[in-house]
Amino acid sequence: MADALLSPAVGGTLWAASAAAVAGASRGLRREADDRKVPLMGVAGAFVFAAQMVNFAVPGTGSSGHLGGGLLLAVLLGPDAALLVMTSVLALQALFFADGGLLALGANVFNLGVVPAYLALPLVFRPLAGRVPGTRRWAAATVLSAVVALQLGAFGVVLETTLSGISSLPFVPFLLAMQPIHLAIGLVEGLATAAVLGFVARSRPEVLASAAGSSSLPGAEPAPRSVRPVLVGLLAGALLAGGVLALFASKRPDGLEWSVERTARASGQSVPGAPGRAPLGIPEVAGILATLLVVTGAGFALAPRRRKPDGARSPESPGGAGPRR
Amino acid sequence: MRSLAAALDGLLSAEEAARGESPVHELDSRAKVLVTALFVVLVASFPARAVAPLLPFLLFPVVLAARGGVPAAFLGARLLVPLPFVLLLALPALVLEPGETGWRSAASILLRYAATASAALVLLATTGIAGVASALRSLGVPRALVTQLLVLVRYLFVLGEETLRMDRARQQRSFGGRGLGLAGAGPFLGTLLLRSWDRADRVHRAMRARGFDGTLPDSRPKRFGAAEALFVAGWSALLVALRIVDVPALLGHAARSAFAAAGVP
Repeated sequence: MADALLSPAVGGTLWAASAAAVAGASRGLRREADDRKVPLMGVAGAFVFAAQMVNFAVPGTGSSGHLGGGLLLAVLLGPDAALLVMTSVLALQALFFADGGLLALGANVFNLGVVPAYLALPLVFRPLAGRVPGTRRWAAATVLSAVVALQLGAFGVVLETTLSGISSLPFVPFLLAMQPIHLAIGLVEGLATAAVLGFVARSRPEVLASAAGSSSLPGAEPAPRSVRPVLVGLLAGALLAGGVLALFASKRPDGLEWSVERTARASGQSVPGAPGRAPLGIPEVAGILATLLVVTGAGFALAPRRRKPDGARSPESPGGAGPRR
Repeated sequence: MRSLAAALDGLLSAEEAARGESPVHELDSRAKVLVTALFVVLVASFPARAVAPLLPFLLFPVVLAARGGVPAAFLGARLLVPLPFVLLLALPALVLEPGETGWRSAASILLRYAATASAALVLLATTGIAGVASALRSLGVPRALVTQLLVLVRYLFVLGEETLRMDRARQQRSFGGRGLGLAGAGPFLGTLLLRSWDRADRVHRAMRARGFDGTLPDSRPKRFGAAEALFVAGWSALLVALRIVDVPALLGHAARSAFAAAGVP
C-alpha cells in the first residue's frame, strides 16, 4: 500500500486501528516483563529486514520469491512481539524506502502485521498445527496460515485502494488480479516459512520450544487475553471507518460534480471550484510552469552556498569559458 | 542481493546526512515530525486526478532539503528505487480512463508519490532515526515500539553484513543456478535466523552487564522553543492555505489577464 493511493479517511482509520493494536501489544509485552525480548526483537527485525531481500528461485515459474516474515515472527515470538517487530520494520521502510509512506504505514502495519499475528496465528495456525514443531502437519498449517494471511492482506489492499478512490482501478477486476497473485506469493511465503521453521526445529529445537514456552506460561493464556482487546479495537476501527466513510460518501458528489461540469461546459462557462477537471488550457499550463519555476527557484535560492569562489565566478562567465563539461 | 547492499548504503548515507549541521537539523525533531505528518495528510486529501494544485506542495520537501543541505542526488536515487512499483499503480489509469482524465489520474498518483516520499526522506535525512524515535516517544508512541525501532536500527547493519556474506558464499557455491531455489530457503534463512538468535543472546548479556533495565535512555536534548513554534505555525498555515487556495490556477489566470492587457491574443 502506498501514500499515493490513500485518502486521509481510509489511511487515518487504519492508522487508528493499527495504533490500537500496537498499544495493546505493548501493554501485553510490558506484562511479560522479559527484558531478554528487547534484543531478541531488535535482532529479529533486522533478520526480517535482511531476509526480505534474499531471493529464491520459484521452480517452474522463472520468477523468484522472498520471505515476508509476518507469520514467521508470530510463530517465533508470539503475536504481541511479532506485531511490534513488524511495525518497526515497516516504519523504517516508510521513512527510508519511499515505497510505503507515512500515511500508508497504518494500512501496511494492519495488512502485514495485525493480520498474520492476530488473525492467521490464533485462528488458523494454532488450531491446526498441533503441539509438535517440525512435523508434516505443523508445516502444512504454516503454509495454510501464510496463504490465509496473504489473501486477507491482499484483500485489505484492494479494499483500501477502492475505498480511497484516488486510483481508478475498479474493485472487481483489481480483486481478481490481486488474489491469485497473492495466492502464489502466499504459497512461496508459506513454503519458505515452513522450511525455515522446519530447519530450526531439526537443528535447534530448543529455540522453538522457548518460543512456544513463552506463550504458554502457566496462568498466562496469552491468546484470548491479548487477542480480545485487539479485536475490540478492530471492531471500533471498523465502526469508525464505516461512519467516516459514510460521511465522506455523502460529501463527495462525484456524479454531481461531473454533471455540473458537463452542463457548464455545454453552456460555455468555466467551472469554479473544479479546476482539476477542466480541460487543460493556457491558464493551467501557465500556472503549472509558474509554480514549478517558484519551487525550483526556492530550492536553488535556499541551498547552502559551498565553494564560494567557484560559485561566484561561474555566473559571470557568459559561455565564453568553453565547454567545461 | 544488490538491493540489500544498496539499502544498507542508502541508510548509512541518510544517517550521515542526519549528522550534518543546518538550520533544519537544529530544529527539535518533534516540530519536523508534526509538520511532515500534516503535509502527508494534506497531500492525500486532494481529490483524485488533482494535478496542478498539488505542485505547490513540492515547496515543502524542496525548501527543507535545500535549507538542510540534503543532496539532490540522494533524494533522486532513493525516489527512483520504487518507481517501477509506483508506475504499476499509476499507469493502469491511462487504459481505464479515456483520454485526458487518464493522464490526470496517473500524473496525480505520481505527484502524490513524489511529494510524500520526498518529505519522508528529507525528514529522515535531517533528523535521523534516533531523532524520529525520540520525537515519537514524546508524542505518545509506546516505549516498547520506540525501543524496538532503535534496537532494530542498531543491529540492521551487523545482520545485513552477515546476510551479504552468507549470500556471497551461496552464490559462489552455486553452479548454473543450482541450490538457489526454494529448497535452499530453509537451511539458508534458518542458519541466518539461528545466528541472529545467538547474537541476540550475546547482545542481551552485554546489555545486562552495562546495566540495561529494559529501556534505552534518551539523552537527546529537547527544547520546543520559539524557532520550533514558528516552524510548525508557519508551515502549517502555508500548507493549509495552499490546500485551500489553488495557487497555480491563480497564477495562470493572472498570466492570462496580463497577456490580455498587453494585447497578446
